Amino acid sequence: MLKIGDYQFQSRLFLGTGKFPNFDIQKEAVDVSETEVLTFAVRRMNIFDPEQPNFLEKIDVSKYKFLPNTAGAKTAEEAVRIAKLAKASGLCHMVKVEIIGCDKTLLPDPVETLRATEMLLEDGFTVLTYTSDDVVLARRLEELGAHAIMPGASPIGSGQGIINPLNLQFIINQSNVPVIVDAGIGSPKDAAYAMELGADGVLLNTAVSGADDPVKMAKAMKLATEAGRLGFEAGRIAEKTYAVASSPKEGISIGT
Amino acid sequence: MTIVVNGNSLEISNSVKSVAELLQELKLADKSLIVEHNQNILTKEEHVNVSIKDGDRLEIVHFVGGG
Repeated sequence: MLKIGDYQFQSRLFLGTGKFPNFDIQKEAVDVSETEVLTFAVRRMNIFDPEQPNFLEKIDVSKYKFLPNTAGAKTAEEAVRIAKLAKASGLCHMVKVEIIGCDKTLLPDPVETLRATEMLLEDGFTVLTYTSDDVVLARRLEELGAHAIMPGASPIGSGQGIINPLNLQFIINQSNVPVIVDAGIGSPKDAAYAMELGADGVLLNTAVSGADDPVKMAKAMKLATEAGRLGFEAGRIAEKTYAVASSPKEGISIGT
Repeated sequence: MTIVVNGNSLEISNSVKSVAELLQELKLADKSLIVEHNQNILTKEEHVNVSIKDGDRLEIVHFVGGG
């Protein structure tokens, strides 16, 4: 059971909602992923097109906890405003602090991220902070009271997977709040790897929405997340340099 | 009167008195959305009470797909 703030989750897979081919495929992918947490972004409505469909109209909103992000914000103040807008929707259980500091790498601005986390915690939000894999920054976020730390595996949408498992391991080992590996997951092996490192969950989007078959990939990610978690809980064997036979050395029957 | 909604200058009837009536006028009344009126974020319950005046600036936002 994963606990974040006042919320409890069976599923350790959080799913983003961007860039799916269409709402039907998206809904099926969300269903088979068995996720309980969906992220969204907050954007201006097209006021001249009242008929535009919205994914929220397609799903049973009571089944999910919503984790709107503050994407688009460059400063802590902008992030706080977006979070407050999201909260006014009545569909905001938690907020994902996301303040991009570099348009090319989409890496977060650590200073603004720290400030926004502090401000939102003061306002009573349940705060999950997207951060780089900086170990000390992760500790500082926890000290502020962040409800979960969400280090990136590699740049957002890059699909490069876990490029610095050592830092993720350091963050996971030191943290007393859940660590959700967010961003950069490309394939099921990345999700399983994150979970095997001891992450409490993974948040991914493009890996599913951009797959040739998003529904099948959603299922694969669900299974990979579960497999990685089970593997972590089971405790893997130590790595050895040389072979260790699985079959007994005694009693070998060779006709002499 | 003229108001600014999402950066667009809009000429609307003086009969539109409240944010709720503006949303009716824009055919957005039954949408899941959030309104910011002159930099004040409104709850749904406030839509009927907050009046619209010439020169007001509004932001109407909603949830879209994102990660």
